[in-house]
Amino acid sequence: MKTPKVNERVVITGMGVVCPLGNDVDTLWDAILSGRSGANRTTVFDASTFPTTFDAEVKDYDFHKCVRNPDRHEGCSRGSGFAIGAAVQACRQAGIEVEADAPADGVDRTRMGIYLGAGEGSLDNDAFFGCIIAGWEAEQHQMAWERSTQSALAKMNPVRELEQEPHMAAAHVAMVTGARGLTRSCLTACAASTQALGEAMMLIRRGHLDVMVAGGCHSMIHPLGLMGFNRLTALSTRNDSPETASRPFCASRDGFVLGEGAAILILESLTSARRRGAKVLAELVGYGSSSDAFRVTDMHEEGRGPAQAMRAALADAGLTGLDIDYINTHGTSTSENDHIETLAIKTVFAERARQVPASSVKSMLGHLIGAAGAAELITCVLAIRDNIVPATINLHDPDPELDLDYVPNTPRKVPVNTVMNESFGFGGQNNVVIVRRFPEAEKT
Amino acid sequence: MSSARVVITGLGAISPLGLTAEEMWAGLSAGRCGIGRIKAFDPTGFPCELAGEAPPHRVQDHVPKTSRKAVKLMCRDIELAVIAAREAVVSSGLITKAIDPENISIDPTRTAINMGTGMISCDMVELAPAVAASVTDGTFDLRKWGKDGLELITPLWLLKYLPNMLACHIGILHDIQGPSNTITCAEASAHLAIGEAAEVIARGDGDVALAGAAEAKVNFIMMVRQCLLERAASGCNDAPETACRPFDADATGSVFGEGAGVVVLEELEHAKARNATIWAEVAGIGQSHSINRPYEKMEPDGAGIRIAVEKAMDDAEIGPEDLDLVIPHGTGIPCDDLAESRALEAALGSAARTVPVWPTKSMLSTTGAASGALDVVAAARAMAEGLIPAARNYSKAADGCHLNVVTEPRKGPIRHVLCCSYTYGGQTAALVLKAHDKGATQ
Repeated sequence: MKTPKVNERVVITGMGVVCPLGNDVDTLWDAILSGRSGANRTTVFDASTFPTTFDAEVKDYDFHKCVRNPDRHEGCSRGSGFAIGAAVQACRQAGIEVEADAPADGVDRTRMGIYLGAGEGSLDNDAFFGCIIAGWEAEQHQMAWERSTQSALAKMNPVRELEQEPHMAAAHVAMVTGARGLTRSCLTACAASTQALGEAMMLIRRGHLDVMVAGGCHSMIHPLGLMGFNRLTALSTRNDSPETASRPFCASRDGFVLGEGAAILILESLTSARRRGAKVLAELVGYGSSSDAFRVTDMHEEGRGPAQAMRAALADAGLTGLDIDYINTHGTSTSENDHIETLAIKTVFAERARQVPASSVKSMLGHLIGAAGAAELITCVLAIRDNIVPATINLHDPDPELDLDYVPNTPRKVPVNTVMNESFGFGGQNNVVIVRRFPEAEKT
Repeated sequence: MSSARVVITGLGAISPLGLTAEEMWAGLSAGRCGIGRIKAFDPTGFPCELAGEAPPHRVQDHVPKTSRKAVKLMCRDIELAVIAAREAVVSSGLITKAIDPENISIDPTRTAINMGTGMISCDMVELAPAVAASVTDGTFDLRKWGKDGLELITPLWLLKYLPNMLACHIGILHDIQGPSNTITCAEASAHLAIGEAAEVIARGDGDVALAGAAEAKVNFIMMVRQCLLERAASGCNDAPETACRPFDADATGSVFGEGAGVVVLEELEHAKARNATIWAEVAGIGQSHSINRPYEKMEPDGAGIRIAVEKAMDDAEIGPEDLDLVIPHGTGIPCDDLAESRALEAALGSAARTVPVWPTKSMLSTTGAASGALDVVAAARAMAEGLIPAARNYSKAADGCHLNVVTEPRKGPIRHVLCCSYTYGGQTAALVLKAHDKGATQ
């Protein structure tokens, strides 16, 4: 492999989001600052008999309205549809043309890539469950496969089946943006889009590419997704009060609120951004990744993996805990995560741990699973822009064991220059990125 | 900037041709075919009743006694990955927790893992009792599912099917605490995962990495999908061994299968310091995207594949004349084979007609995410043996394909191998492997 000749600085020049708090960045930020919850009764399917009957859904969104050629994306999954809208917004802000045969935006498409943390699409429920019903012989406890085969071949639609695969979101984003430099899609559970952003940053830093369309998309709001999380007892069952259900770091927290959405950022070498005259929103300066290697069911008791990822991100950025003004936590509102994450922050930040504001926007957004980290990184960039730390809402009943400054209930106006964004996933996947204000003096 | 060189020091493979890399290579070099009638379920009624299935095995035999409980949470994709990963580690000579917890030779936090996976499809038999409890008037009833069906599903069900669980189980068994990723780009996953793991080492974030991919595609739903998308071979259920015919005039489609390939990647100096056997160097990585609708087919001109190949050669700082072998993605799907052939012609110029091209899927089947990893293992073995085995099921070139598909085994030194991959959906990747100069290390 060639030795890189450069050590490019990586900046953010565009952002787009489709999420439970709104279908563009401004709407999301307004909702965050006003402390609104995106949770509500489940409407995507009839979840009325599930242990959890609510979630945080994307509302009033239709990808057809985001593109000139919606026919190119017909049949795409819910998550891919979100990604299309988020990618278009991010490209527009960055001055990158979309759906262009011969783009004149100064970005060489073979030097522009895609990296998404993206999840599976929903099954075609009627066809899938129908073919199980057609073949199941309960008494013998076996499938009569030929009957299932007939049912499946008759009822399943090829496009609908193809579009369930997790790499298809990236295919749609490639269609929209024309990016041909590289496409990767990863799925490290709830840490996926932070990992995508971190790896995308590394590819630019080492000169492999100039521009990356990076972030994530996911919707697990489907019967198997909800079933899976409910069986793990990972979800809140506060069915009588969806809006107060996501309460990270609160003594009465009882699980996370399942969300969905897409968030995409344009990462770019500073050289490329300057050449194109693109406006720099912030600089991505650090990335750390680790795995717990502990258990598939639980996080390491001492938060070994999360602490290692935080340290790696700080080292990568050449910073220490003293430099961090705000931690955008993973803060899921599960008993385990919020406890272990607090421990890990204390391990890394030592005596400074209690002084750094550490809030969870999942209290409002819900948990966007694969898309969570990217959506949360957008809030970090805006926190820097406006010098405001978002609150952790629904934190009226603090857990005596958890004693950091979680910014309860009200956003806080303080100088914010450098932010750590944390994402941890099932199986012990830990990814952390650090974003920093881009100095005014360098904006020319 | 870090300028580390990355080499392959361990190989592991479970495939339709055997439970080990050695068995796979023996099968490939003898031109054996691992494809047969599907055994995992009764395929009667499928247009293609064929698959490449791994020989019978017990995952319990491949994990330490103290970790036997963990196998309950392993779906078949995870089992295959765990087996190949163990073989790769053993062959590298590195000692991990799974091999001997008393004499660990890796630094867990400086060891990375990157596994490619496909979309893991649910086990229908496992779900069936719950589905059967959720039926009203013969059709699926979501309200019953949310209450009665759900109760019949094992609580940890979801953890068996999350794609990142391949890397997580391997990471737990071998105590790998460094960067961990799971690439989900279908049939291009393995090359992307191996490429990224090499980057992780090159940039200094690890000394050692396990990288590869696994997929168990012999699953009812996965097979339905391939048939519906008209990617599966047709009209050859009675002739499994000649069904998959990459670049051949009589090709009708691919045959799908299962497998796992894992390599140990290591920073060159780290490998030399412990006198490791070096199979090859990862010399170049290239990636791109085929932008096409319908998404399941490659662009007819193969542009996305061409760009990946060009980038890989550029990264390796070699030209077409330096290539001694090309292992193409070559699925046997005529339009995709043609696109790949055009891409190679465009990228390699006149060399495209002379460089030996050796497709492996006629013998291994298309093992989804795993396919690129099996090819890298095969490439490493070919370089070590100085042998390009003969292609199977290739007698007459398909219209428009002008590649030099090898029909006779060839002996001789192999300095550079180009491995190509792409997937329905459009992701493309290419790797250049370079023979390691043994004189320099020993």
